Amino acid sequence: MLQRFILVLALVVTGCGRKETPADAGIRDQVLHFGNSSEPQDLDPHVVTGVTEHNILVALLEGLVSEDPVTLAPLPGVASSWELSEDGTVYTFHLREDARWSNDDPVTAEDFVFSYKRMLNREMGSPYGDMLYCLNGAEAYHKDKNQTTDFKNVGVRAADPHTLVLTLGSPTPHFLSLLNHFAWFPVHPGTIRAFKAETTIATGWTRPPNFVGNGPFVLTRWSSNDRIVVEKSSTYWDRENVRLNAIHFHAIGDHNAEERAFRSGQLHVTGTVPIDRLAFYAKHNPDVLRIDPYLGCYYYLINVNIEPLTDPRVRRALSMSIDREKLVRYVTKGGEDPAFHFTPPNTAGYTADAGVRFDPAGARALLADAGYPEGQGLPPIPLLYNTSDAHATVAQAVGRMWEKTLGITIELQNMEWKVYLNKTQTKQYSLARAGWIADFEDPSTFLGLWVTDAGNNRAGWSNAAYDALIRDSALTVDPEKRNAIFKKAEAILMEESPIIPLYFYRSKTLLHRAVREWHPTLLDHHPYKYVYLEAPDS
Amino acid sequence: MTKYILSRVLQAVPVFLASVTLTFILIRMAPGSPFMQERSFSPETIERLNAHYGLDQPLFVQYIGYLGKLVRGDLGPCITQGSRTVNDVIRETFPISLELGLWALLFAIVFGLAAGICASLKPNSWQDGLPMTAAMTGICIPSFVMGPLLALVFALSLGWVNATGWQTPGDRILPAITLGAAYAAYIARLTRGSMLEVLPQDYMRTAQAKGLTRCRIILVHALKNAILPVVSFLGPATAGIITGSFVVESVFSIPGMGSMFVMAAFNRDYFLVLGLVAFYSALIVSFNLFSDILLGILDPRVRLKT
Repeated sequence: MLQRFILVLALVVTGCGRKETPADAGIRDQVLHFGNSSEPQDLDPHVVTGVTEHNILVALLEGLVSEDPVTLAPLPGVASSWELSEDGTVYTFHLREDARWSNDDPVTAEDFVFSYKRMLNREMGSPYGDMLYCLNGAEAYHKDKNQTTDFKNVGVRAADPHTLVLTLGSPTPHFLSLLNHFAWFPVHPGTIRAFKAETTIATGWTRPPNFVGNGPFVLTRWSSNDRIVVEKSSTYWDRENVRLNAIHFHAIGDHNAEERAFRSGQLHVTGTVPIDRLAFYAKHNPDVLRIDPYLGCYYYLINVNIEPLTDPRVRRALSMSIDREKLVRYVTKGGEDPAFHFTPPNTAGYTADAGVRFDPAGARALLADAGYPEGQGLPPIPLLYNTSDAHATVAQAVGRMWEKTLGITIELQNMEWKVYLNKTQTKQYSLARAGWIADFEDPSTFLGLWVTDAGNNRAGWSNAAYDALIRDSALTVDPEKRNAIFKKAEAILMEESPIIPLYFYRSKTLLHRAVREWHPTLLDHHPYKYVYLEAPDS
Repeated sequence: MTKYILSRVLQAVPVFLASVTLTFILIRMAPGSPFMQERSFSPETIERLNAHYGLDQPLFVQYIGYLGKLVRGDLGPCITQGSRTVNDVIRETFPISLELGLWALLFAIVFGLAAGICASLKPNSWQDGLPMTAAMTGICIPSFVMGPLLALVFALSLGWVNATGWQTPGDRILPAITLGAAYAAYIARLTRGSMLEVLPQDYMRTAQAKGLTRCRIILVHALKNAILPVVSFLGPATAGIITGSFVVESVFSIPGMGSMFVMAAFNRDYFLVLGLVAFYSALIVSFNLFSDILLGILDPRVRLKT
């Protein structure tokens, strides 16, 4: 009996040899398997806000310009060329005649006018409507409660079917990079009208086979919570240069499951790498591990309206008593760079001068000066973070540094994501962890956050001089002068310390050796039309 | 019997209503809203979104409206899933969770019964100790440990099956074992216990004296009575297996209903949470009902008690 059992087991074992993995088959068929963390909320560029959706939308739609795969510099997209007026406010885009929607309709200037009108329609309630505010009159149109403003007052005009004129409220040096945000992508007017989706969300036009796009790929399958499949478009103007035949976006929310999927040959690219696996890959499989600079900052937010944090000296003392070098080396351990200021270095050529250095003695002196020598008289300060091992570890380390250096007692408060958001957005906190990832490569995406009453200024901080500088920066075209203004603004921000920058993010990816033309970029963008797969040994 | 069934059905309706009402109140009391994001939406956007989903109405009006729709089988829109309705989500994800649950249940019953019977035949010998130790281990190892361990051995080291996904028939094996293991263990213990009660009884000796084969005595005569506790456990177990697959679904990245449920709660997707609770409640209530009725048929004493 036992012998027979062993025989059967042996047959099963030998019969179930290693099979061809989806990654191997993908290399043969030019099908990229991409770990895309979660199910997208939708694929309507006028509705969604996340990175997950961005990753798919850039395959399905193309804006006026596209991105260089290495530098992300603007390259011709739907527009084959463009001119800028001398005063820097009027862009004239010449749309290529062979640009086609996936149903073979031509992509026209009117389509862009239609799309921008939809985006700015108050009825639509687009979360990213403010991305278009640099267009002349766009903000007034978007915010008009009575809907009496004529869209003709907004700086968008189709001069002819292949000429689009965009008039800006003021010169916007980073305007062309802005155009690569999906908020500026066109939608197909015929499809939107057919689904009566001009001002309505969630009508079903984004489901396959309804979705009509103008990008290098078309949407062919959307399995809920599983995967989204896009296939090479036969109508895309640059289809000859698109080398991938398809991309499968896998919605794998669990980072460890994603890593296992990568190891078992089901993915070519992962969205991230579990922190506890970083050291293993760095040592045993460094070829597939990619840790690249990423335009984002991890920081602590301070509610400047709560005692004793109303005093800038206390805030600065907190900031100065953190040893950021140690934090990134021994706590986060993901190759992050310590952040001594808020805007990541070399953001569109800008690097801040001012910064907060680790200075325990100086921090103690500042705190004593504020009336709390050795932390005496300071109440325990709560530090809020959302549930995550990574946030908890950082909070414990920073809390310990503060206790040791300043004698402050820190109460750690761990809250579930939406509770945490509710607490920070309603300013019911003292200190809270936060992070900011750039929407586009320009210092204004970081420094614009802290303008008085800005939607995301959750510190409640306000400084007239700072506001004036940010306003000036928007009107300044000369890059050097503009950077000088940003430097002054950031100096004020660091001096006043409504935030405590801790480190600059790194994007962490496991990348199959077969993936080509996948370059490290600051926004973690990888234009798919250039990407292809090639067996590592060929 | 009709009276018994009727009383069970009448008890089930208020349970269902109470769970929906309680969830409605609790999810609305939870801090945050579906539209609260790291990058804040403008007040205008939130106003438009609330209006679109009818969340600007007074809570009581929303509740009555929801119940009205529920009666018609409309579970409402899905806030975090764009153009899908809650009905769509259930239609797409439930068959997957159901299939996973059925495989797990099959594994649990086959292995549980076999191990339980095997253990009961020679109590306190190695034939008893071995399956019972395995059963204890099955109960003790949580699925978030067992899942990755199985994946490590059978997917990553041996390369026999995929580590994640729900594409090929082979993708069913590891999740079903992970999900079914604890239930198999529980069934094994129940079977062993009741078999040990049944085996020494007089009618067993009679059967033996009649010259029936040992196999027939155990599988037909003994098991028929010994299986009763297992049957009453199977009702809630089936519901538990089908609805409690969240961890397994997330470990193996299976697009089932369990993972949807947890994500819905995290994202405050009011309609999805409510819809899934309503669906799960209906499912669990029906399984319990079915198990009660089955028990009533198998054991007349249960009928008489009510």
